[in-house]
Amino acid sequence: MTALLETSDLTIRFGGLTAVDTFNLSIQEGELFGLIGPNGAGKTTVFNMLTGVYLPSEGTVHFREKLINGRNPVQVARMGISRTFQNIRLFDELSVLENAMTGAHQHSKLTIFDSLFRTPRHFREEQRQRDRAYELLEFMGLEDRAGLPAKQLPYGHRRKLEIARALATEPKLICLDEPAAGMNTGEKAELSALIRKIRDELNVTVLVIEHDMKLVMGICEKIQVLDYGKTIALGTPGEIQNDPKVIEAYLGGD
Amino acid sequence: MARLLGILVAAIAVTFGANWLLDSFVDEYVVRIINLCGISIILAVSLNVINGLCGQFSLGHAGFMAIGAYVSAYFTTTLRYFDEAATKYVAIEPMFASEWGFVPALLAGGLVAAAAGAVVGIPTLRLKGDYLAIATLGFGEIVTIMITNFEKVGGANGLPGLPPYSNTFWIFSFVVLVIMLSWTLQRSTFGRALIAIRENELAAEVMGIPASRLKVMAFIYGAFFAGVAGGLLGHLLQTISPATFNFMKSIEVVVMLVLGGLGSMTGAVVGAIVLTALPEALRDVESGLGLPGIRMVVYSLVLILLMIFRPQGIFGQKELSLKLLARLLPGKKGDK
Ligand SMILES: Nc1ncnc2c1ncn2[C@@H]1O[C@H](COP(=O)(O)OP(=O)(O)OP(=O)(O)O)[C@@H](O)[C@H]1O
Ligand SMILES: [Mg+2]
Repeated sequence: MTALLETSDLTIRFGGLTAVDTFNLSIQEGELFGLIGPNGAGKTTVFNMLTGVYLPSEGTVHFREKLINGRNPVQVARMGISRTFQNIRLFDELSVLENAMTGAHQHSKLTIFDSLFRTPRHFREEQRQRDRAYELLEFMGLEDRAGLPAKQLPYGHRRKLEIARALATEPKLICLDEPAAGMNTGEKAELSALIRKIRDELNVTVLVIEHDMKLVMGICEKIQVLDYGKTIALGTPGEIQNDPKVIEAYLGGD
Repeated sequence: MARLLGILVAAIAVTFGANWLLDSFVDEYVVRIINLCGISIILAVSLNVINGLCGQFSLGHAGFMAIGAYVSAYFTTTLRYFDEAATKYVAIEPMFASEWGFVPALLAGGLVAAAAGAVVGIPTLRLKGDYLAIATLGFGEIVTIMITNFEKVGGANGLPGLPPYSNTFWIFSFVVLVIMLSWTLQRSTFGRALIAIRENELAAEVMGIPASRLKVMAFIYGAFFAGVAGGLLGHLLQTISPATFNFMKSIEVVVMLVLGGLGSMTGAVVGAIVLTALPEALRDVESGLGLPGIRMVVYSLVLILLMIFRPQGIFGQKELSLKLLARLLPGKKGDK
């Protein structure tokens, strides 16, 4: 079976710094995969290369057997990879519902004239986006905030809205960059359940970066550990927890 | 669609009636100010799509206006002579010699301006903020310099003899059109996409929103109506010159937006009216006080005070709606 996402010797340099070094990642369809590592290890940079934000210096990324490097973020999004951001990037002036609807925009076949002159297609499309966005808000437990401007949303909910928006693009793979950052214990437990539901009920493969070990170990089937841009371990949560190199990386200071 | 058409027909009927009333009962000077307000509204509402909704700081509106004005003038002056000559041999009414030729002339001006919008939009897409502002400003300057050096259209002296086709009816027909279309644009998947680009371009792209294409679209849309407004202004003034469309004109439109509240169409309309009518209204104050020149001082003072006490503009990013009105009514806050 070929992998859903496969990188081969992925490398990126910023001036003299090699932020990610010959990185190999292989994710099967339906997996719940964790990417962990100390601060500055290069995790977010990996996400940026997977989603077309950064162009790798070397190496390749294949998604569903198609080459991704060289494609821009819009093209990558349309191939079926979506993501959230470590530093939340919502559309603050739009409402919560409208934020989620923007994710569904890419599937609209409308021309600008449909909307300018309000053809029946326009109304059908609005309905489709609204329904889908609302379903996903319900899924994430945000439905009673649908009308609120996104900027008025409390912190924990902002992260959830980013996930709802990403899901509205109907991705095959969703990349979550520290989804639990800033959440309290109760919210984290709820989020764990939600991430599992994304995979089990929506059939979306999940790749998650997270510093909260309890959460990662609890939900991921496979974990890869990055340190100074290099993979230092790959395995099940049990294997990772007992890996001396991982313990060294986390305890040996940054 | 049907409802939209209904509103359009009703609006045009009202415009027609208003035009007749104004022509018959109101003095010429007031009608002229009303017409200038209308043209300002078209400019501000269309620029709001580029600057307000999409968040692209363009200072090129006067350039698009100039293109629209000169192209439409070409239709109603030069082509008109051909038209009249041709009708000597063919038994049809000359098209551009009547007011009915005005609409195709205006649309042609708008379309050429829109094409220019695409030409400017595509290469300058990668520029952001101040850089885009400078590039679009440069575009406007290039247009006026080219006209200045083009003797066939009068060069720096300008082009006289445009027929007086602009009137309240035509101007406000386009006011109605631009407001309706901008409203439908704003409240659609494209409007949300434009706002998404403004709020966070990277996130918009990662959601699969084609930011580059939509930015060019916003430029084309804005440029089209700027071109039409240029044609309307030309046929109101009856003489156009490059100086009419210099960069101060672009800045004036931006000030209208900022005053009304960047991103709010209602704000754009109000800003356009205030900034066009205020200097005229202050003329009376000036002659009353016997202090020539105080007009511009008061005008500038109003702007400065407004920006100090309400930097987000009169409307912020809100639109005038029944909901907003209801909320503003005293004693009804928050209850259902
Ligand atoms: N655009 C860039 N230009 C220069 N250096 C960069 C750039 N992006 C990332 N880096 C560097 O690459 C390294 C990896 O950063 P990255 O953000 O991927 O780390 P991370 O693993 O996500 O860390 P954290 O857990 O703190 O989020 C850092 O040293 C960072 O400074
Ligand atoms: Mg990071």
